[in-house]
Amino acid sequence: MDSLYLLLPLSVLLVLGLIGVFAWALHGGQFDDLEREGLRVLEADLPAGDTPSEWVHGPSAPMLDVPQADVNEAFRESIDEREKRSSP
Amino acid sequence: MNDKLPAAPVYNDRVVRQFALAAVLWGVVGMLVGVIIAAQLAWPDLTFGIPWLSYGRLRPLHTNAVIFAFGGCALFATSYHVVQRTCRVRIFSDALAEFTFWGWQLVIVAAAVTLPLGYTTAKEYAELEWPIDILITLVWVAYALVFFGTIGIRKVRHIYVANWFFGAFILAVALLHVVNSAALPVSLTKSYSAYAGVQDAMVQWWYGHNAVGFFLTAGFLGMMYYFIPKQAERPVYSYRLSIVHFWALIFTYMWAGPHHLHYTALPDWAQSVGMVFSLVLLAPSWGGMINGVMTLSGAWHKLRDDPILKFLIVSLSFYGMSTFEGPMMSIKTVNALSHYTDWTIGHVHSGALGWVGFISMGSLYYLIPRLFGRTQMHSVRAIELHFWIATIGVVLYIAAMWIAGVMQGLMWRAINPDGTLVYSFVESVKATYPFYVVRLLGGLLYLSGMLLMAWNVVMTVRGPGSAPVVQRRTAAA
Repeated sequence: MDSLYLLLPLSVLLVLGLIGVFAWALHGGQFDDLEREGLRVLEADLPAGDTPSEWVHGPSAPMLDVPQADVNEAFRESIDEREKRSSP
Repeated sequence: MNDKLPAAPVYNDRVVRQFALAAVLWGVVGMLVGVIIAAQLAWPDLTFGIPWLSYGRLRPLHTNAVIFAFGGCALFATSYHVVQRTCRVRIFSDALAEFTFWGWQLVIVAAAVTLPLGYTTAKEYAELEWPIDILITLVWVAYALVFFGTIGIRKVRHIYVANWFFGAFILAVALLHVVNSAALPVSLTKSYSAYAGVQDAMVQWWYGHNAVGFFLTAGFLGMMYYFIPKQAERPVYSYRLSIVHFWALIFTYMWAGPHHLHYTALPDWAQSVGMVFSLVLLAPSWGGMINGVMTLSGAWHKLRDDPILKFLIVSLSFYGMSTFEGPMMSIKTVNALSHYTDWTIGHVHSGALGWVGFISMGSLYYLIPRLFGRTQMHSVRAIELHFWIATIGVVLYIAAMWIAGVMQGLMWRAINPDGTLVYSFVESVKATYPFYVVRLLGGLLYLSGMLLMAWNVVMTVRGPGSAPVVQRRTAAA
């Protein structure tokens, strides 16, 4: 079974690599605030530049306390303002 | 210069539009070829013995067209869309993304030319000869650069679970393709596999089953975890479970392949390993299925009025069905009955038509109006009609193949008291004829649904209010 001598080490290496990625995700804070991450996908598609800074810099719970409609409204305003600025 | 448009559009929707439309086109083509070969099985002389149209040459054309052209384009479109939206950043490189589109179309056209001409490596789902394999590798490297580059420059720290699935799909397919397609070319159109005999079979089915696992499952689960929450306007039932789903699936998939080689020259222990891993897979698969379906909990009424949601949720019930059937068929004693019969074809199509097809159609129905600046598809009733035609088509298809498969298995193993076979092979072929006709009917229904979708997409794209699409959307979108 020569081909298993290729496939088995390949699989072992792969699993080791996966464990590495998993460790990175775990210690890199990817799983720190899972409840909120599930909700975020429902938020409106924002252009970059309007991304609230706490999304970039890590978990911060207060976002959840604000009703979603208010959050969206705030984003909409910031976009409108940007458009005003860019048009003469 | 138009000052009203933002200086640089934020998201690259152009490549998403290209792949989304290509997916619909190749869906029609691939399913049409499927219907033709289904008819050939019922009436073998249908194509007058023309070699280019013979079953043996059209069958790989069908599988390549539906998996890599239809499914592949749908995956490219959705992954580029999802990675930009969830990372809140424009795609890493527009030029590379454009290259993946035209490169992938070239691969598809090359396949559509070479397969009917009879150029094939004879490796299932990896039939394309070595020059095309090299092109696939180049496109795939560009795809990985675009996708992971976009992840690298993301504006949101957390990587959304759909991106994990898409990422795993891209990396695994790269590895599988390179290992399985290793070959020694002897001319431009002919090569010999780097492996021989049972070694070759083991590598082939290590590839073959992981192609199912990572191309047809992980990639489409990425779609599921983005488009179901979006369409249902509810978060994933348990985001925690979706993370567990991902890691459990990734760690257990790699060794299910040997179940394709039960009772062959492959060592018994390797077959048993394949069977055990296949059985283990039931757990993460059903975890994911339940997670997706339960996303609708508390909002089940949406399922009644929203045909897109019907596509997405019913795709999950087919996913659950085929991921139960698969582990069951991998059990050696069951496999002794099911292997080499049409039951296998029924199993594949409950996954392919029901899961992969429906989740792609649902996602494309969500995506296409948004990509072309519309609020919804041209005709929502046509989506509803498509859903029901396609569902009846799938049910007819898989029921016919289940009955045919079990019947064939029982006829082949029936033995007279004196040890001779009760039935000759051709008797089982003759007995299958009515089921082949029913299967063709199911396929025709499924294809008509796809044609309806193509019409709906054309009408949506050409429809009224076709202002130039600005590639940014406000929060109202």
